[in-house]
Amino acid sequence: MENLKGLAEGGVSRRAFVKAGAGLGAFAALSMAGCATSFHETTPEGEAESSASPKKSGAEEKITWAHCSPNCYGRCALRVVTQDDEVVRVETDNTGDDEFGDHQIRACLRGRSMRRWLNHPDRLKYPMKRVGKRGSGEFERISWEEAIDTIAENYQRVLDQYGPAAVLIAPASGVKAQNISDFLARFCNCLGGYLVQSGGYSMAQARTAVPYLYGDRKNNSTADLANAKLCVMFGDNHAENKLGGAGDCYQIEHALEQGGAKVIVIDPRYTPTAALRADQWIPIRPGTDAALVQGIAHVLITENKVDQEFLDTYCIGYDEKTLPESAPAKSDYKSHILGEGPDGTAKTPEWASAITGIPAQTIVDLAHEIGDSEACFVMQGLGPQRQQNGEQTVRAICMLSVLLGGPGKSGVGTGFMFGADAITGVKVPTGTNPVGVTIPTFMFIDAIEFGTDLTKKNSALKGADRLPQPVKMMFSHGGNSLTNQHGNIGRSHRVLADESLCEFIVVWDTLLTDSAKYADILLPDLMPSEQPSFATGEYCGNMGYVICGTACTEPKFERKSLYQSLALLAEKMGVFDDFTGGLDEMGWLEKMYKSARKEDRELPEWEEMLEKGVYRRLHEKGGSIAYSKWRKDPEKEHLKTPSGKIEVYCEKLAELAETWELPEGDVISPLPIYVPESEWGYADPRRETYPLQMVGFHERGHAHSSFVAIDLLQQANMKRFWINTQDAKERGIEDDDMVQVFNDFGRIQVQAKVTDRIMPGVTAMGQGYWYEEDDKGVDVGACINTLTNSHPSPLAKAIPAHTNLVQVEKVM
Amino acid sequence: MAQHAFFYNQIRCNGCKTCEMACKDYHDLPAERTYNRVFEYEGTGGWSTDEAGCPVPSGLFAYFVQQSCNHCDDPACTNACPTGACSKDAETGIVSIDPDVCNGSGACIDACPYAAPVMNPETKKATKCDGCVARLKEGQLPICVEACPQRALTCGDASSVPEGYERANVAPLPDPGKTSPNFYVLASKSAQLFDSAQGRVSNLSEVE
Repeated sequence: MENLKGLAEGGVSRRAFVKAGAGLGAFAALSMAGCATSFHETTPEGEAESSASPKKSGAEEKITWAHCSPNCYGRCALRVVTQDDEVVRVETDNTGDDEFGDHQIRACLRGRSMRRWLNHPDRLKYPMKRVGKRGSGEFERISWEEAIDTIAENYQRVLDQYGPAAVLIAPASGVKAQNISDFLARFCNCLGGYLVQSGGYSMAQARTAVPYLYGDRKNNSTADLANAKLCVMFGDNHAENKLGGAGDCYQIEHALEQGGAKVIVIDPRYTPTAALRADQWIPIRPGTDAALVQGIAHVLITENKVDQEFLDTYCIGYDEKTLPESAPAKSDYKSHILGEGPDGTAKTPEWASAITGIPAQTIVDLAHEIGDSEACFVMQGLGPQRQQNGEQTVRAICMLSVLLGGPGKSGVGTGFMFGADAITGVKVPTGTNPVGVTIPTFMFIDAIEFGTDLTKKNSALKGADRLPQPVKMMFSHGGNSLTNQHGNIGRSHRVLADESLCEFIVVWDTLLTDSAKYADILLPDLMPSEQPSFATGEYCGNMGYVICGTACTEPKFERKSLYQSLALLAEKMGVFDDFTGGLDEMGWLEKMYKSARKEDRELPEWEEMLEKGVYRRLHEKGGSIAYSKWRKDPEKEHLKTPSGKIEVYCEKLAELAETWELPEGDVISPLPIYVPESEWGYADPRRETYPLQMVGFHERGHAHSSFVAIDLLQQANMKRFWINTQDAKERGIEDDDMVQVFNDFGRIQVQAKVTDRIMPGVTAMGQGYWYEEDDKGVDVGACINTLTNSHPSPLAKAIPAHTNLVQVEKVM
Repeated sequence: MAQHAFFYNQIRCNGCKTCEMACKDYHDLPAERTYNRVFEYEGTGGWSTDEAGCPVPSGLFAYFVQQSCNHCDDPACTNACPTGACSKDAETGIVSIDPDVCNGSGACIDACPYAAPVMNPETKKATKCDGCVARLKEGQLPICVEACPQRALTCGDASSVPEGYERANVAPLPDPGKTSPNFYVLASKSAQLFDSAQGRVSNLSEVE
């Protein structure tokens, strides 16, 4: 600090010096004040946690394999180094010569900080019961015996009183090992089953909508980008959120180096991806990608640059010729674009410009570039679809590839996110769930609050016309979606705090998250690296891989694995043999692996797999092309749609649009076209009060809410709210100023990043920060869901995470 | 004499900071002290509005610059050190600080234009990147190099600089003529020369 003082007294602050671009100068060490973690100390008095510092004793080092996969999309290998049963270092895959195709599964910065999570001073150590009001975070240490008795008693009571349909396994994605969390489903299935939630938060709109177009959702393997001449990325931000060394960022880097495709990035933010890859960046208003596609389509159609033969042969509903019989006249895509459909509006570049904020000439030029390219690979990230109108957007972007005749073709593809040649790997045998009812993930708070009001037609239920019971009990393992990661956190807090609604909540976690504060019983979990673990590379481009790990240390304090605690519960509830099958975690992993190996004989023998820790396998053809067989022989091969073709006009969606009960403004369209968000989008009159759009994004410093509590990562990736220089100036806000961001849902406080790297009128911040309310009701933790909506998207009933309007003011 | 050098492919670097975290884990550094930093450098020509009211950016760029210690040919830290604690190894060219000799004057910290040495407030001694010399001697790569998920950071001898790499000449780094750093950059297309005033470090709070 003395050094800084000296500089300040000399009249030149070091900051000003660096800002002036004059180099780093006498850049020196500063102590980082104010970086303290912001979670609450609630663990009871007890033994002190082991120090975060590694031991420097001469004790022998032991190395165990493990993985890092808290749902960032990556699944990365860790080599955990221990001495005397304490973790002293965390390294990564360093096997082989790292040649591409057999490249190391290197962990990113988050995996490399894993020791700080494993040894975190605030890690939960003992079972606890809630003693304050739900959500207060007040807990008291109890014995495992009391914890198990209390859970068993309440579970049995709920089963007796309401039946198994009232029990929900809550959404959670913090543990993506393939052999851990799913034991919860096996356990519940031993006791009559449970209400399933499905679809998730990340890509529920895409998961639901894309199959209406293609029958399922695929794209060419990332490696195929090497065969493209042009790559148009809609909202893809792999350089910031797919960091792992065997993931998409490295795969795309390699493919672009091989093929040299020009890259155009379409995103409201000048992301690290735009900075790193883009030959051209086109800023766009959030939620309007489908309108841009229509403007492009207008040019392609009027200038005869579409692949008419492909559209005639492989698609239905592109033009009137291939419309199904049930469809009204002029309800085809081409008529809609040309203004010959029911709305009578031509979707010209000028029309698209007014909606997207992109100059019409830019749209024309883009259309020419795309239409004239020998091979234009259209790809999308998941941001565009995570909107109130996301089901339309995700299909609309795919439609651009359809117009180009891309599906089944190398170098072009389907327009969806990149495909991967993953190894399927092991699965927990979860048994049969007799309840047989599924709700969309994002409807779980509704299922608590509105219970049997939820139906197939208003809430996209599957397996029942009406929800049989309100949700009365929840199990949550390794998740923070009860509150923090769910839209409109204020509502979640209100609903979950009401003990007459959901009567009993069990949470397993490693730290006291905001969701964990809503537990009635809170159980101290082991990290995946502290137990047998298995992961497969899911978004791994053309190199599939698996990672097989063992426990790096003995369980510390009174922590237990999910499996061990469920085994205790199973014993208490009389289903021990059914649940365990006489096996422990390692026994199960061996059984699952051997079963997977029956399907995939190339996998190493079990003993070899355990020894090696990682297994990598390049796709036999260097990468797959989605739907290539169908493309070659459409007479013999069929897509999984009812017609077997690409359903540009989808009869099933037309039927849902007709029969479902949709709130006013919510639209399901049989065509993959632009539909404005029903609320909180650019078109919403609320924009007069809240003039700035706001999107969330995935930062490098944390994966959703995982790793937020790691001080190293906080320091290296400061929490900032992105606002354009013009918008900031109008509000008297300067870089690093503390601001409050607010709308009808709530108010957060956070430091501003004033930058031209975001479009005027749009703001953005990383999602996942931990909610922390101050005494004025302001969320000073800056959880984005303090400001998001819980009104679901029309078709998938999914989170509209990026459809937000806010106002920003400087904190005086 | 050999000379340890870092080769940095800036075209590949996405600023992920895995190098920094791996270093902090390996050397057991706390959040507030680092031997390894990634600067985010951005510039803009501002936004304007076209006749239709659409916002249009101009001159916008952003890129990353990774830095640890550049083990300079003419190390300012070593030149400034009053005790001889800071020295350049004749065999490897690695510049390191002997904690037994360092008196904590901070002269190296003031002198280094790359901010490589930092004070350890507990020991009151200056510390810095030692090129993972212990690992190098065992035939291993420095931990930051082995960690890099994008394979943007490599190392080798300064006599074998890969084609296209130039000596630390991108902003916000200082004039490489000052200390002759052994950090060679394959510059990204938006990289500005070291003496450019076109941009600014935009993640100051992360690198201080």
